Amino acid sequence: MLVQVVRRLIVAVPTLLAIITAAFFLMHSAEGGPFDRERQLPPEIERRLLAEYKLDLPVEQQLGYYLLDLAQGDLGPSMTYKDKDVFQIISEGFPTSFVLGVSAITLAVLLGGLLGVMAALRQNRPQDYAVMALAMVGVCLPPLVMGPIFKLVFGETLNLLPSVGLARDQFSIPHLLLPVLTLALPQIAIVSRLMRASTIEAMRSNAIRTARAKGLPEHEIIWRHALPVAALPVVSYLGPALAGVLAGSFVIETVFGLPGIGRQFIIGALARDYTLVMGVVILYSALIIFMNMLVDVLYGVLDPRARTA
Amino acid sequence: MTDTILPDAGPKDAEPAPAPAKGRSLWDDARRRLKRNPAAMISLYIVGVLVFLAAFGPMLWVHPVDEIFREQVGIAPTTTDMHWLGTDTEGRDLMARILFGLRISLLVGVAATAVALTIGVVWGAVAGFFGGVVDTVMMRVVDVLYAIPFIFFVIVLMTVVRTEDPISNLLLIFMAIGAVEWLTMARIVRGQTIALRRREFVEAARASGAGPFAIVFRHIVPNVLGPVLVFASLNIPVIILAESFLSFLGLGVQEPLTSLGSLISDGAANMVDAPWLLIAPAVTMLVTLMALNFLGDGLRDALDPKDR
Repeated sequence: MLVQVVRRLIVAVPTLLAIITAAFFLMHSAEGGPFDRERQLPPEIERRLLAEYKLDLPVEQQLGYYLLDLAQGDLGPSMTYKDKDVFQIISEGFPTSFVLGVSAITLAVLLGGLLGVMAALRQNRPQDYAVMALAMVGVCLPPLVMGPIFKLVFGETLNLLPSVGLARDQFSIPHLLLPVLTLALPQIAIVSRLMRASTIEAMRSNAIRTARAKGLPEHEIIWRHALPVAALPVVSYLGPALAGVLAGSFVIETVFGLPGIGRQFIIGALARDYTLVMGVVILYSALIIFMNMLVDVLYGVLDPRARTA
Repeated sequence: MTDTILPDAGPKDAEPAPAPAKGRSLWDDARRRLKRNPAAMISLYIVGVLVFLAAFGPMLWVHPVDEIFREQVGIAPTTTDMHWLGTDTEGRDLMARILFGLRISLLVGVAATAVALTIGVVWGAVAGFFGGVVDTVMMRVVDVLYAIPFIFFVIVLMTVVRTEDPISNLLLIFMAIGAVEWLTMARIVRGQTIALRRREFVEAARASGAGPFAIVFRHIVPNVLGPVLVFASLNIPVIILAESFLSFLGLGVQEPLTSLGSLISDGAANMVDAPWLLIAPAVTMLVTLMALNFLGDGLRDALDPKDR
């Protein structure tokens, strides 16, 4: 297992470096510098300002400094918030986004998994069709559409739930219910489809036939023998699920006014705050790559066949 | 012709031999299966209507998309003056805006899918056909790119590359989204190509002197079109969603162009005073996504019945 972790790290680190480099060059290919919008500065001051941010150096050297700073956890100064650096902005928003994302993925895995198993055990019966129809509809309900709709229906019209606003670092279930549900909805649908297909396949396997022949009770066959195998595709879907939830959080945090990273990212993107955008992209890429790595290792633990020396 | 080969075919002066049973091609079978799937057929008609509306709606509808009604700003849906879906906060007819937004959304979906299709098919077919080092290197590239969360890259790209011209902005969206969606396509095509390249008809083409590129593009690519078509049809809603996502965030299509995503975004900003501005484009979006998804699913079942 250690070998596998090391092997994945050997792939993950260059990938992340490639992402950072590509994003860096992309950012620096943009026309105009970050200080163009300031009123005309005397040339000496502008030169000192550029030197202060190392913007007068060749791009390769700037990348070197950026990586060096990054290694120390410094993502550079924000270009919209004069008094904050990017790391500060991200760490302020992180708790909100973290709670939101983790709740959505947990909900998706639990509820989607449950629905999928239920459908699989009642294959081609009404329960199965009902779940699959729901899943089909669920895939078509992106946060982008359902966020504003839920907010309108439950928040503004029915006044059942608060639809906007959450103080930083204060989490209340009523405030988070709608955002989490909106984020989780398409993921629930995808997980339930995956789980249904893999459970059906697992229940048909020779191992299950053997378990039946041994006379094991049905619940034990399902829980001990079928589900661990059937859960594998869902485990490997966790990486893409995280990517989906993170992208969705950009929309959801904006719609519901949550003080997370996603909303800052959008404000930054619109204000062309390159350093902030870069910082979030690097953080989220690293998270997803890390998640994929974790999934691979977990896969090896769950499925002995996937263990390679 | 058969009777010269088979000696015991009927005598020549007898009734003409019954025409050989009409062969049912893959596509005939697929069409039959698709017709038996009511959800897919209904979706097919809905998609047809949507495409018609997107293509001709903006021309046929009474109000032009950019006409501003200064006396009727932000009015609710009404039959007076044919503002069936009301007007937006700037006094533009919402129906006209939605028809136009639908056109842009579908256009992005189809164009970006075409970009992804072209890159993916060429890449996958070449890698699969030549195999060996070529295959290893090309697929390694795909593997590495796969690990990258690409929606972020599209966001960075759209943030950094700013064009004032809405049309070139639209082209940029096609390119950006299409260029990141080709990876799965390349994998599918490669797998199919590997399965096909040892088949007799490829051997026959080679024996008759066809060069490798002729074999790939004249013989292999046409035979992998089934799965590619299924993937492409399921990819269109994904791309429509990606474009809406960008537009919702303010990074997508720019005024005076509009798309379903930017209409939903506008609607979300005004939902308390003018809920119709949100509901109408959101419903249009949902209907579009569902019809396309059900149709793609139906196509998959029709072309690949194993997968049911």
